[in-house]
Amino acid sequence: MALIEVENLHKTFRVARHHRGALGAIRSLVDRQYFDVHAVDGISFSIERGEMLGCLGPNGAGKSTTIKMLTGILVPSSGRIEVLGFEPYRRRKDVVRHIGVVFGQRTQLWWDLPLIESLDLLRYVYRVPAGRYEENLHAFRRLLDLDPFLNSPVRQLSLGQRMRGDLAAALLHDPSVLYLDEPTIGLDVVAKHRMRDFLRTLNRERGVTVLLTTHDMADVEQLCARLLIIDHGKLIYDGSLEAIRDRFGTERTLVVDLDEQNGAVNGPLDVPHAREIRADGPRRWLSFNRADTTAAELIAHVAARYRLRDLTIEEPEIEAIIRRIYEDSSGISSQTL
Amino acid sequence: MDRTALRLYFELAKRQFQRQLAFRTANLAGLVTNAFFGYIRATVFIVAFRSQGTIAGYSAADAVTYAWVTQALIMVVHLWGWYEVERTIRTGDVVSDLSKPFSYLGFWLAKDAGRAAYFVLFRGLPVLALGQVMFGLRWPSSPLVWVAFAASLTLAVVVSFAWRFLLNLTAFWTTDARGINQLAAAVVLFLSGFVMPIRLFPDWLRGAVLALPFAGMTQIPCDVFLERLDGADLAGALGLQAFWAVAFLLAAQVVVVLATRRVVTQGG
Ligand SMILES: Nc1ncnc2c1ncn2[C@@H]1O[C@H](COP(=O)(O)OP(=O)(O)OP(=O)(O)O)[C@@H](O)[C@H]1O
Ligand SMILES: [Mg+2]
Repeated sequence: MALIEVENLHKTFRVARHHRGALGAIRSLVDRQYFDVHAVDGISFSIERGEMLGCLGPNGAGKSTTIKMLTGILVPSSGRIEVLGFEPYRRRKDVVRHIGVVFGQRTQLWWDLPLIESLDLLRYVYRVPAGRYEENLHAFRRLLDLDPFLNSPVRQLSLGQRMRGDLAAALLHDPSVLYLDEPTIGLDVVAKHRMRDFLRTLNRERGVTVLLTTHDMADVEQLCARLLIIDHGKLIYDGSLEAIRDRFGTERTLVVDLDEQNGAVNGPLDVPHAREIRADGPRRWLSFNRADTTAAELIAHVAARYRLRDLTIEEPEIEAIIRRIYEDSSGISSQTL
Repeated sequence: MDRTALRLYFELAKRQFQRQLAFRTANLAGLVTNAFFGYIRATVFIVAFRSQGTIAGYSAADAVTYAWVTQALIMVVHLWGWYEVERTIRTGDVVSDLSKPFSYLGFWLAKDAGRAAYFVLFRGLPVLALGQVMFGLRWPSSPLVWVAFAASLTLAVVVSFAWRFLLNLTAFWTTDARGINQLAAAVVLFLSGFVMPIRLFPDWLRGAVLALPFAGMTQIPCDVFLERLDGADLAGALGLQAFWAVAFLLAAQVVVVLATRRVVTQGG
């Protein structure tokens, strides 16, 4: 059986509609109206032990809501969840013993106390045997380079330092699953890089199953073999990053620098199966679809008609592909994708 | 409850105690305020008692001590202005407390015990010392009274905690939990006997108010301190406090279960 199984999961929030203005506040008291927000709207997937998944989706897609339900702190409206064989919201205490969670925009550390105090406390929270605790603390001090601020009050830590502290805190009890909700939010490039190194090590050496949400495509590109895309509470993609490129990234761009020594070319270039999407002096951008022609064919056509100095082919950026998927997805259900 | 659980709650209390140590200046400011109002209230009592001798069995010396003991207990029992749980619910930080394998009620009770212990040492005792220097207080006459007082005070903290905790939990359902807390504080101020001893209330009101849980938050520990209760009366008063402590904790646990069943935490 899979480590995590989610089947037709729904979460609907009932939100009070507020009347506006001072009188409105009074009206709201007597005449309450509600509307439903379908934060998670029928999601199914399963995760095997040892996987590392990235979950993408625009703001408000339902990622955090899904993670909260997987943790057991939010009760689903309907559907089935099993984590390590338990239903998280029914067996919260049993489940959370085996999982670690980091909500990137929050901290579980005691703000006014030295970092080490928060970490030491977790030993009692999770009943980690003393020897095991020492071993883990030692390992994470090294891997996350905690020593420089281990004895500083958490409120004095930089965001990156605090995040490292939070990661250690989520892992001291040897969880089999780690949920990370936007772990790289607000980190600089170096800190992001180190965070990714750390997560890779964790996954590979300790076999921790990792599910992370992010808005940073590089997190997924560098870490996750599998990608989930959620939008409007629906799972619109579940597969590998390469597959998404093959499926959606069919538009490529040929960039050519024309040799204009014998006079400039006026107007857009005219070649079959391609269309000029941009021009900047002698440099032209030609967009073409892999289904219509190959790069080699196209280059041959262009070279036959124009004198070229240089050329490059641009692969579609994964970010652009995802943006297109978000933009297109409003009307599409997961079946059609 | 096994030993490892007790150890966890002890460690939580210890950390909350340590946490408070970071706010030395705030505590000093609070101390000055408590002592200032202790001075004013004691002075008012002295004037009021000058013509009367005793009122409802309190002598002027009793009344002065009553004023200072209530001032000393303000932050220990923490009758008003406590929004710690409400804040974590409003901001959504509650998610990390809920994603832990411990009792949410036990977690906060332990933290409140640590908080109260801090305020006994760094607020209550200094305020009493200042009262002694300025007015001279009526101190318990035997170690046994101190023991009874310690028991009554502990129960007062538990009752008050469960009450505050319940009020804070309303934040799971309403965004106006602070308003509810403030409203409740105004009521508790009177019904706990903080503003004036419940024994001075009119006859028709007194009995009922003395049986309410709020009397256990201030009036009863003060009366124990002043040796107004002994024998069966003392046992009855402590029993009443214990009853309300258990009842409120049970209620709090029920509300926690209801709240976590429909946890609505704010923000991503
Ligand atoms: N407590 C709540 N009450 C009402 N609506 C909520 C609540 N929590 C979330 N929502 C709504 O549910 C939807 C999904 O929110 P969620 O936080 O899961 O999104 P997200 O994918 O994590 O977005 P982001 O990338 O911005 O963090 C949003 O429309 C949000 O407004
Ligand atoms: Mg989110």
